[in-house]
Amino acid sequence: MENPGLFTAIHRPGDKSPSQVDFVVRTPADLVRIQRQEAAEICNVFGMSMAHATMMLRTMRWNREKLIERYIDDAERVLRDAGIADIETDAARPTVLPLRHQLCEICFSNEPNVPMYALACDHAFCVECYNEYLSHKIQDEGLSARIQCPGTRCPNVVDEPSVEMLAHPVDYVKFQRLLLRSFVDENQVMKWCPAPGCEYAVECHTPQSALDSTVPTVKCRCGHEFCFGCGYANHQPCICNLTQLWLRKCMDDSETSTWISVNTKECSRCRSIIEKNGGCNHMTCRKCSYEFCWVCMGPWAEHGRTWYHCNRYGEQSSQAARDSQEKSRSSLKRYLHYYNRYANHEQSARLDHQLYLKTEKRMESMQQKSDLSWIEVQFLRDAVDTLVECRMTLKWTYALAFYLEPGNLTTLFEDNQCDLEMATEQLSGLLERPLERKSIPALRQQILDKTAYVASRRQILLDDTAEGLADGRWRFNMSLIN
Amino acid sequence: MAATLPKRITKEIERLVKDPVPGIVAQPHEDNLRHFNVQMAGPTQSPFEGGEFRLELFLPEGYPMEPPMVRFLTRIYHPNIDKLGRICLDILKDKWSPALQIRTVLLSIQALLSAPNPDDPLDNGVAQHWKDNEKDAIATATAWTKQYAQPAPQ
Ligand SMILES: [Zn+2]
Ligand SMILES: [Zn+2]
Ligand SMILES: [Zn+2]
Ligand SMILES: [Zn+2]
Repeated sequence: MENPGLFTAIHRPGDKSPSQVDFVVRTPADLVRIQRQEAAEICNVFGMSMAHATMMLRTMRWNREKLIERYIDDAERVLRDAGIADIETDAARPTVLPLRHQLCEICFSNEPNVPMYALACDHAFCVECYNEYLSHKIQDEGLSARIQCPGTRCPNVVDEPSVEMLAHPVDYVKFQRLLLRSFVDENQVMKWCPAPGCEYAVECHTPQSALDSTVPTVKCRCGHEFCFGCGYANHQPCICNLTQLWLRKCMDDSETSTWISVNTKECSRCRSIIEKNGGCNHMTCRKCSYEFCWVCMGPWAEHGRTWYHCNRYGEQSSQAARDSQEKSRSSLKRYLHYYNRYANHEQSARLDHQLYLKTEKRMESMQQKSDLSWIEVQFLRDAVDTLVECRMTLKWTYALAFYLEPGNLTTLFEDNQCDLEMATEQLSGLLERPLERKSIPALRQQILDKTAYVASRRQILLDDTAEGLADGRWRFNMSLIN
Repeated sequence: MAATLPKRITKEIERLVKDPVPGIVAQPHEDNLRHFNVQMAGPTQSPFEGGEFRLELFLPEGYPMEPPMVRFLTRIYHPNIDKLGRICLDILKDKWSPALQIRTVLLSIQALLSAPNPDDPLDNGVAQHWKDNEKDAIATATAWTKQYAQPAPQ
């Protein structure tokens, strides 16, 4: 089970689509091992101690090539920057000084027989003061890699073996935790998984400079999918910059406005209040049985069978049925168009999580009503997984679309979006169909087919967008933001 | 609860009394030995020459792991000291070392009066003045010294 090292390329040619990036999930143990490997490489090249090699790597943010280059160029400077007083001393075996009759400048004690300690710079302090000093730096200041010698204006750094020897065990444990944290924080190719309580890190070699042409999406071992570029939850296919702009815009606008009501709507025929309680956009009014689309409020009959007209702004058919905010400014209307669809998918995805619970029950009842085994009913859960993924993707396609300039490419994008949206709603509808003994086999096949279809539509949309980004084909209309 | 004073602080006080820093008098309050009244003579050949500046110095609970808190009580025209008397000096912040003492801190402040550093300002207005027209800024500092920092008649 060999994991590739930190700076060896993690490339698996041929097995990924344009919208995917290579990455590796790292456990805390992996991280410790990688640090050791990196330091060992430096030891091999220059023959210094592990502790010193590690200190130098830290100042170069763990860029080994850069360190080797700089060290050959100006070793003295590298050592100074790393806070190493004397490279010849063996940092691996720090020893307490013989009991010197020397004044400790921290406690002012000059009693004889007090054990003292000094780094190679010879600034000696009694062991007890050192202990207190380290505790203050580690616990109160949260420092680890850059704890300096207590001597006045002394640039030397207290190395790890010294800390281990001098600090209280509790402080040393925290010291190590902080070091590990800084290893990932300082590392350009590492990020902690932002999921609460998760202790894994992800290694990915997509540089920050590439974030306008790619959306590096990674999946932690805990299951959380996030963007390696900005740390936000998966926002494919929208690029980081636009994602941040969009989120800020939504926050600003929702604070000042009360017009966004995503949870309830009026039936456009009988005006009774309808609350959305499932992920599907095909709504039926309980009072008057009017069937309509939750997104555009238009009659459902016009949807679905041939073409799903709900993703484009300015289509005529549902215009009349839509809520009557007719005279509002066009930029606001345009924003609302995209926001409502964005918010709608977000809300649906959240409700789809309730669908997971329902699905468990359906899987049980499906088993009872048919000859299907437990394994054979798992397709229902897979379908819900795919459904939630698609809603997340659709959500971000509306954020992206808000910033797209009109043109052929945008039309194509919206066609893809339309296909995906239609198929997703169909899958959602299938999942809410009542289970009848006779129709279960057919329903199962329909859901299997639709799930596969929806997943492939999603992949096509993501890949097309990713290729367009990589080729710089997209044109964004930033002037529309203000 | 009157916490006992660490040995180090007691020793510092002893030494400040026995072997005072030239031009500086630091005296702890009788009711709080962590709180000092400081008198500092303006250094010669500086716009603060002839002035007698009052400061207060406080040793926090974490001293000497944490730096002392020091502030000018007398008004002073200096790019690294603001209207409230707060001092911009690295050893009072991130460059603090527990091997520094009250004595060394006060000497550093005195040195700062001799050599203002407008590139690391606390008061931007004063620093700009210093950079744009040093002569004029020094004249203002001298005038302030005359106006605010005259020694009390004995
Ligand atoms: Zn000591
Ligand atoms: Zn030192
Ligand atoms: Zn995770
Ligand atoms: Zn991002």
